[in-house]
Amino acid sequence: MRLLQYLTSRIGSYLVVLFIGLTITFFLPRLLPSDPIENYIVQLEAQAGQSMSPEEVEAIRATLQQIYGLEGSLFSQYVGYLENVVLHFDFGPSLANFPTPVNELILNALPWTVGLMGISVVISWAIGNLVGLLAGFFHDHPVATALEVLGVILYPIPAYIVALVLIMLFAYVWPIFPLSTTIRPGPLTFRKIRVILYMSFLPALANTLTRLGWNILSMKAVSFANKEEAYVTYARLKGTQPLKIMTGYVARNSILPQITRLSLSLGAIFSGTVLIEILFSYPGLGLLMRTASGTCDYNLLYGTITITIVAVATAALAIDLLYPLFDPRIRLR
Amino acid sequence: MKMNIRLKIGLVILAIFTLGSLILPFLMEIDPSRQGSYPKNLPPSLEHPLGTNSLGQSIFWFLVIAIRNSLLLGVSVSCVTTLTAGITGLLAGYVGGWLDRVLTALMDTFIAIPAFPILIVLSTLVRGNTSFFTVGAILVFFGWPWSARTVRAMALSLREREFISMAKFSGASTLEIVFKEVFPYVYPLLVVAYIDAILWVTTTEAALAVIGLSKVEIPTLGSIIFWALSFNALFIGQYMWVVAPVVATIILFLGIFLTSTGYNQMYATRRGHDV
Amino acid sequence: MIRLNNVVATYTTVRGQVDAVDGVDLTIPGGKIVGVAGESGCGKSTLLKVIYGDLVYPLALRQGSVEYGVDDVEYTVETKNGRRVTTSNIKDYWFKYISYIPQSSMSSLNPVVRIRKQFVDFMDAEQRKANVLEGIREYVKSLDLPPEAIDAYPHQLSGGMRQRIMVAMATFFKPDIILADEPTTALDVVVQKGILLLLMDIQAHMNNTIIIVSHDMGVHYQTAHKMLIMYAAKAVEFGDSEEAFQAPLHPYTKMLIESLPTIGDDRMRKGIAGRPPSLWEELRGCRFAPRCPLATELCLAQEPELIEHKPGHFAACHYAGNTHQ
Repeated sequence: MRLLQYLTSRIGSYLVVLFIGLTITFFLPRLLPSDPIENYIVQLEAQAGQSMSPEEVEAIRATLQQIYGLEGSLFSQYVGYLENVVLHFDFGPSLANFPTPVNELILNALPWTVGLMGISVVISWAIGNLVGLLAGFFHDHPVATALEVLGVILYPIPAYIVALVLIMLFAYVWPIFPLSTTIRPGPLTFRKIRVILYMSFLPALANTLTRLGWNILSMKAVSFANKEEAYVTYARLKGTQPLKIMTGYVARNSILPQITRLSLSLGAIFSGTVLIEILFSYPGLGLLMRTASGTCDYNLLYGTITITIVAVATAALAIDLLYPLFDPRIRLR
Repeated sequence: MKMNIRLKIGLVILAIFTLGSLILPFLMEIDPSRQGSYPKNLPPSLEHPLGTNSLGQSIFWFLVIAIRNSLLLGVSVSCVTTLTAGITGLLAGYVGGWLDRVLTALMDTFIAIPAFPILIVLSTLVRGNTSFFTVGAILVFFGWPWSARTVRAMALSLREREFISMAKFSGASTLEIVFKEVFPYVYPLLVVAYIDAILWVTTTEAALAVIGLSKVEIPTLGSIIFWALSFNALFIGQYMWVVAPVVATIILFLGIFLTSTGYNQMYATRRGHDV
Repeated sequence: MIRLNNVVATYTTVRGQVDAVDGVDLTIPGGKIVGVAGESGCGKSTLLKVIYGDLVYPLALRQGSVEYGVDDVEYTVETKNGRRVTTSNIKDYWFKYISYIPQSSMSSLNPVVRIRKQFVDFMDAEQRKANVLEGIREYVKSLDLPPEAIDAYPHQLSGGMRQRIMVAMATFFKPDIILADEPTTALDVVVQKGILLLLMDIQAHMNNTIIIVSHDMGVHYQTAHKMLIMYAAKAVEFGDSEEAFQAPLHPYTKMLIESLPTIGDDRMRKGIAGRPPSLWEELRGCRFAPRCPLATELCLAQEPELIEHKPGHFAACHYAGNTHQ
């Protein structure tokens, strides 16, 4: 029963988030004063060095409206938008790379972001939680304090600073890694895989370090609190080995809120990933967004935003759905 | 008020930065953002403590103004964010019912949606019409949910406590109860939330600026890096232009965070927990 | 069975050091249920920790010693595997020679691990090799619990069942000494009775020593063979429970007993006015004197020793036996 309740509420939240997210993405541009079509026309005219005839302007305007999905009443636009996105996964053509559809660009970039973010999250979570567990369990030991200090120092440093420091150190001072990622298209050979790994190392390291501090500190806090629980004391009084206590008792219980926190912070993690991708010119969604922003490619921009919201929410849901596997209190009556 | 070491270090750092931002500008001779004031790319010296950059600006004085602006933005936007978080959290937690459900749904949604991409879009859309104020307004929109949740949890737990029931029975109105009885417990949370918000706002604005999506004409901790990168400072060996703001940022953010967690620790031990 | 040699146990806190057990010197006989009673803060839980050997900072055994397996007539020492059991090595015998039942069964079990795992995860490899699980199921059944209970998670069992599981865990290896710290406090009355009967049953079968700490005199009335009354870190009375209840030597014991309700007795229960002295202060003379109706100048000046006033019945009072005035 509890399990069913839990699952339905999670799926419910998921759908709400998707709905609100899509709606916001739809209304964002329409709420702001600048009209992209007019801007584009003005830009066109400026480039051509002359103004066009009214019919030409109308024709362009009509085409653009259709491309942008701006025909008809607001409501019909909304419905059309939802239809396109949800049913056809269609965001229209990219304006900067006309006529390449936005989907294609997104699908090319998506694996890079998923890969980068996925690996960084996993490593950062694993190492951070381990360090945090040790820091919390061996609370009075000087090494534990040092580990906690490490967490304290890492935590407030934002993603772009980590990226910049890594770039300065390992692309300039000791030029081991390249400044930006250039991966030539072509088949996936072993050599190419090596190149990819080489190029991805610094961005992955940056992303991992960015979240490491938070993982360490939150796990330390939870472990430290759980260490004082009655069942831990009792395990000790039974003569349980300290290692067993740390893993089977403290860690097993402390990891539960950490899973929940991970699910909640996916949005923030993604934000960091985007920033890192941009700074390293990594060919993921982040760079795509930045480019779209620069070229005022609105379709691409909205497409990437929508995909972002869907991807993050879905990943969070996946984690939430896995949670009962770890917590028998939710799983069983 | 017995302060722990984190709080002490944090406050010292903050004091240095705040006083520096307030006092040093009065010692400036010229406007640091004016280009071509000095010969370009000079190394650090007594006259130019951090050297000059490719735009002929004194890096040190530019950095001073940048820090001041970042702090100003952080401190002011955080007021609005924390206020919003406090009110929504209190209402959601204490009043409960449908209001709670709606507000919580809102909070959870805004936490789930990654803020930075949305900010990229918003910055793109208002480009040209950006004022610093707009940037700030955008930041408020995404900054409030995290602290609101904490406040709500506290209000929720307090709702059931006996002294609240007593207040209710003695005829106090909901508003009175919220502000006179619940607020003192919530207040330290708000202080921490405020400090955390400053950190978040400053970081996010700087992040936007570094990639060129904020109002980069205004010197901030982020825009200074943006200009340095645009002029390939690293490439031409002008490390100071990048290193100085990076180091300043790290120290400042550490200071803010130490203050926040130090205050939290101090308050928690007062409540009888050991953190 | 257990010899307490002038035990002084101290807590080190930010305010300084405090002796929670201050010079307890007596012999606890084997094969009996010993009840330890007293108000909160009298030191009974600390005494239990000392006996169990759970001396982690901030608790320390400042003076004195505890000897195990000492026959109270001949003062010979029992050994386990050829080694003498002392405070320093008793940890190796936790849950095998001596075990502990904690106060709250609610939170003493790991919520995310199955019960059967918690039965075995403190055993070493050689013990686990033997087909322990079957044995555990059998044992649990004999304690009136469904054998499937050990496959469950703690939250799936009721409070009473959990407490029985705790008793099962503590007694499975047939320890010679079982320490129970307020075993019935968090339970309702019906369940309480069940647990107490269970403990008495186990004691009768295994003929081991069970020490029950409780502030509830009713618990001791039902179970104890011997009673130890503590007050302000001191042992003030020790003897057969029948004697202690019928003819207490110490005025404090008398007042504790009078606070017990009896069916059919409509008289107002008398509480004990005042509070125990703060252990932070310098204490002189009898610690109970400020609240004692029999107190005289002698009591305030000189601390009474725990003396055998009647065979097997000890009390620390200058006027022991004069309680029926």
